[in-house]
Amino acid sequence: MEAVSTAAIEGSAGAGAFLDALLAVLFSLLAVVVVMTFAGLSVVAERKVCAFIQGRYGPNRTAIPVVAAIPFFGNFLKKNGLMQLVADGLKFLLKEDPLPGHVNKFWYMVAPAMALSPVLIVACVIPFGVYWIDGQIYPMSVADIDISLLFALAVSALGVYGAIMAGWSSNSKFPYIGAMRASAEVISYEIAMALSVLPVVLWVGLSSQTPLSLFSIAQAQGNLWFCITQPVSALIFLVALFAETNRLPFDVAESETDLVSGYHTEYGSFKFGLFFVGEYGHIVVGSSLFITLFLGAWSPFPGLSWPESWGWISAVLSLLTFLLKIAAMLFFFIWVRWTLPRFRYDQVMSLGWKRLVPLALLNFAAYIIFMAI
Amino acid sequence: MAIVVERKRLSWLERTYLPQIVSGLYITLKNFFKPKVTLEYPDQYTSLPAGYRGAPTLVKDSQGREKCVSCQLCEFVCPSKAIKVVPGEISADSEYAYIEKAPSSFTIDMARCIFCGMCEEACPERAIVLQTEFSLNGLSRSELLRDKRSLYAAGGILPDKIMKWKKVKDNSELEGSH
Ligand code: SF4
Ligand code: SF4
Repeated sequence: MEAVSTAAIEGSAGAGAFLDALLAVLFSLLAVVVVMTFAGLSVVAERKVCAFIQGRYGPNRTAIPVVAAIPFFGNFLKKNGLMQLVADGLKFLLKEDPLPGHVNKFWYMVAPAMALSPVLIVACVIPFGVYWIDGQIYPMSVADIDISLLFALAVSALGVYGAIMAGWSSNSKFPYIGAMRASAEVISYEIAMALSVLPVVLWVGLSSQTPLSLFSIAQAQGNLWFCITQPVSALIFLVALFAETNRLPFDVAESETDLVSGYHTEYGSFKFGLFFVGEYGHIVVGSSLFITLFLGAWSPFPGLSWPESWGWISAVLSLLTFLLKIAAMLFFFIWVRWTLPRFRYDQVMSLGWKRLVPLALLNFAAYIIFMAI
Repeated sequence: MAIVVERKRLSWLERTYLPQIVSGLYITLKNFFKPKVTLEYPDQYTSLPAGYRGAPTLVKDSQGREKCVSCQLCEFVCPSKAIKVVPGEISADSEYAYIEKAPSSFTIDMARCIFCGMCEEACPERAIVLQTEFSLNGLSRSELLRDKRSLYAAGGILPDKIMKWKKVKDNSELEGSH
């Protein structure tokens, strides 16, 4: 009797450990695949959306011989420029990898990796969806840590080290100026960004033990999304996000009109590709953060969430909702890029320090008073 | 006189820049759904406007006579020295022997031609005409060298309003009056 019961317990513990390990692998894969796929797709989307806005078709001719011959599907890939993606990737891989003679070799090599890796690290803590086991709710993230919001903000800001290293090690003027601009921009907007999420954390702190965890922030939006209850925070965060990711209208770090190509001027082939992917990965991760903080994470509409009783179907639906929101955010990023002209560098700085930081502080103070009452 | 442009003071909302961003986004979104202006070139062709200057060609008149009299004006006027004319005689047993000259060889190097149309303007016979062919490709320079035969093949027939060389009366009448 006793032996049987211990065996049963051991068996279930073994199965539980196996399931845990399986889920961990699954979610790590999920994080990498989501970030990389969306980064890749957004390159194509960028070209397509920009073309559409300008009255063109965008890439629609590149075709891989065998794949293009598949009826409908092949043509679909070709017309939507998806095979262009493969061609671009191959081009980056196969091109000669130049190493300029005047650079600091070590940091020059490390910089592209440094640009990409923070993105992948942040992707670990983002809850891409939820699932239920025995009535308990869990996030679909590799690591569900209590301070994941802090972690995400801190690590994603590390991405700028890639730019600084690249700019410094390139030992040439344009990259250097670009790197300086990138770091100044990230430092000034980081403050506004962090200040803008504080009211959210306060709000979540009313009901949750771990208000700094992205998962509990996401859960707290079951009824109302934070972009509705805290529009000013959402706006500041969004603006700061554009600056953090070095996207137009704030891409002074690589403004090609005055800095050739900014901090990655000296880079070519695959190293440039890493910067490129890192940049788009940053946008993907940044949008996921925005979605988790302000856009209700995996809930499809404000006040609605996928019911627990549907089990795994709900889990998959929650993941799909999140992915759809990422896609929408990416479209928004691209859309803004092809609408607005670039700000001047001093305008960017004065907007950051003289407008956004005071506004974020005021907003924070207002919510403190509001919540105290 | 300097004109001072009065700048309106921006309202508070305008200074936030947000309404402008929203209206800008609206404009680009409208453009997003507009029909595209790109012509998908190898699949679709455009209609060329009248007077389009494509590749220069040699033409024949409605009787099928080659109009060029190998005066070489086009050769001299060509700014890029693309034309090479070797004058020749029209054989005595030809119907048009009285015109006397026709090119024995006529080549245009399409790799040199800049489609300026000077040759067409200079030609007293309207024998060389820039037509609509605009896609000239070859794998080597010599492929772009067009000889007389291919120039006539590309040119076809261009009917004249005035038949300059047509004999109105028998020439013997004129000879007799001397
Ligand atoms: S078009 Fe101009 S360049 Fe070309 S053959 Fe005639 S004269 Fe020469
Ligand atoms: S094409 Fe015209 S201009 Fe040129 S040689 Fe012939 S007749 Fe003279």
